[in-house]
Amino acid sequence: MFKASPSSSQTLLRAASSASRVSRPFRAKLRTSRSLATVADPPVRRYGGLKDQDRIFTNAFCRHDHGIKGAMARGDWHRTKDILLKGDSWIIQSIKNSGLRGRGGAGFPSGLKWSFMNKPGWEKDPRPRYLVINADEGEPGTCKDREILRGDPHKLIEGCLVAGRSMNATAAYIYIRGEFYQEASHVQQAINEAYAAGFLGKNACGSGYSFDVYVHRGAGAYICGEETALIESIEGKQGKPRLKPPFPADVGLFGCPTTVANVETVAVAPTICRRGSSWFAGFGRERNQGTKLYCISGHVNNPCVVEEEMSIPLRELIDKHCGGVVGGWDNLLGIIPGGSSVPVIPIDVCGEVLMDYDSLKDAGTGLGTGAVIVMNKSTDIVSAIARLSHFYKHESCGQCTPCREGTTWMMNMMDRMVEGRGHVREIDMLLEITKQVEGRTICALGDAAAWPIQGLMRHFRPEVERRIADFRALNGAVGFGGHLASAADDTLALPDNLGLRLPEANAQVAAP
Amino acid sequence: MFSKLPRSALPRTVARSRFISSTPSRNSDALFVHRDTPYNNPKIAFEFDAENMKRAQDIISHYPPQYKKAAVIPLLDLGQRQNKGWTSISVMNYVANLLGMPPMRVYEVATFYTMFNREPIGEHFVQVCTTTPCQLRGSTEILNTVCEHLGGIKPGQTTKDGKFTVVEVECQGACSNAPMIVVGDDFYEDLTPKSTKTILDAFKKGMKPKPGPQSGRQTSENSAGLTTLTKKPYGPGEFCQPEFQ
Repeated sequence: MFKASPSSSQTLLRAASSASRVSRPFRAKLRTSRSLATVADPPVRRYGGLKDQDRIFTNAFCRHDHGIKGAMARGDWHRTKDILLKGDSWIIQSIKNSGLRGRGGAGFPSGLKWSFMNKPGWEKDPRPRYLVINADEGEPGTCKDREILRGDPHKLIEGCLVAGRSMNATAAYIYIRGEFYQEASHVQQAINEAYAAGFLGKNACGSGYSFDVYVHRGAGAYICGEETALIESIEGKQGKPRLKPPFPADVGLFGCPTTVANVETVAVAPTICRRGSSWFAGFGRERNQGTKLYCISGHVNNPCVVEEEMSIPLRELIDKHCGGVVGGWDNLLGIIPGGSSVPVIPIDVCGEVLMDYDSLKDAGTGLGTGAVIVMNKSTDIVSAIARLSHFYKHESCGQCTPCREGTTWMMNMMDRMVEGRGHVREIDMLLEITKQVEGRTICALGDAAAWPIQGLMRHFRPEVERRIADFRALNGAVGFGGHLASAADDTLALPDNLGLRLPEANAQVAAP
Repeated sequence: MFSKLPRSALPRTVARSRFISSTPSRNSDALFVHRDTPYNNPKIAFEFDAENMKRAQDIISHYPPQYKKAAVIPLLDLGQRQNKGWTSISVMNYVANLLGMPPMRVYEVATFYTMFNREPIGEHFVQVCTTTPCQLRGSTEILNTVCEHLGGIKPGQTTKDGKFTVVEVECQGACSNAPMIVVGDDFYEDLTPKSTKTILDAFKKGMKPKPGPQSGRQTSENSAGLTTLTKKPYGPGEFCQPEFQ
């Protein structure tokens, strides 16, 4: 660029020394002398089509032995000592280089998160340090961690040791949801075997590093999947999220530095260390690297859990691994791509998106846990979302008022929307409630309850409006709160904000 | 308004007819309040048997000694298992005593988590998942089948012979195998109304059907044949970096 203007370096020096007086003509000169760069389109890369040799969870379908013998035959616990001896910063750097982002939904870069535990001067802190594994998989649609817990429990235990070493933790607690009884017993069996083989406990794997792993079973509360609620729950309290800060990395479990990580995030760590971060980073788009377990449920011919490359097109994922949508792709109505708490996307968006954090975010939804809920045209979509509102109402812990009251209001309104019993202006009132709940609570459950409704109204509002019009045609004018105008008793003093006598904007349906 | 009037000025009937109305709380599946009943009161003794006591000590040893109360959820679970599947007030009091924590803290925990049943349940505890992924695959039909097949009970009720209790639950985390029910600790997945009846009939006869998917597939694999993991898994050190081979 500077070659075009031969004296530019001298001009630059002069310009810098004699302040802004000359800077304007100089800039103009630079602009004119700039040459056009020729941009070649990079070759289009297609994602998906992961080979078996690149899959991490090789026993996802429990076809092989989940015990230590089978696990070691599949490459677990292979030279774990060497990984541990590489030290904490090497492990964290490997994870950072691999581009691994948290698989629990938020997608925070894992290497960075783990490094928060090793603040300068951490050695002087006498407190124990904990790694907590979040296996409280409760998000509707999500069933990926279950396959790890029962098929590949040793990958998780080894992951605990490696991740624990990287953050210099003293012990790990694996919080498994209470409903997963069989899964918890597989993990407990794996822990017992690992202790017996000398892989855990004092001098784990002969590396001189001591590390313990415990299983803690929950007792049925979705909210305990939130990291601070999970910590509260392990401490033997109600699972009500804590305010942050202080963040768990400073004050967490039992008042000690703690990191909470998802099962899948931790379970892939040893394989990344062994096979190299560049191998893992070779999958998926920039900033969305790696492989991922996707669980597909709903209206597909063969629902399943499958490990695939990140950034695989959503349509390819469904057509290739699940035998397509029931009734063909054109029969698709909408897809919830990341577990119940992300907004639904309609068919035209479904055909384009890639299954990764950024592409789904651009489409106004999210990757979440990678739980794809497919709905074809036989679905009553309003009822499906209303059922999710029931779920969030049931699982709200009741700590923050916007969520405790808001989820109940949203549920009640959604129930009326299913049959169309409401005023058309109530759609906006409902949306306003979701906006008032969102971002005003301690944890993200309020947001999670609000987003499905926002997604419904964003893409399927005409359907809701149609139901309201149909109900109105049958039953006459309906006021706010589902009050029928025909049932109103004019001899009583009715409040005038029930919307029973509103003038019609478009008087297509006249009240009888 | 009435308080300004002298009491005698009111007709007697008005004053008499005041009553306190109470409705059951609709906030959750069950009432949060404990009322002493013949089958559930603090006078009924409860303590762990020898085997559970050993397990309890083992569980308590997992937590720092000053945080013994962290064991409250696992111990309540043990107590519930020993107490025929439900957590009575005596179980809660016993756990509180064992862990040296105020009973109210245990009550708080027992009312918060949905897996603690605070009323007696039947021999087989049937939980039907009805959240959206299951709903899409026909869980409403499964719920109706279960209720009808057990003699027309409603969700939340126990059959007259005390053998089955049916409840509707939220997502159990087996969405790729929807619809599903849980009986006791075991998941029965990929159900149809027919296979649901078969399972319930087996339980009625005192047998235990095989848990897992009822469609013949293994776990959550593709039912039309595997699309992944078809070959023998790779072994230790394969494809690893040179230093880890």
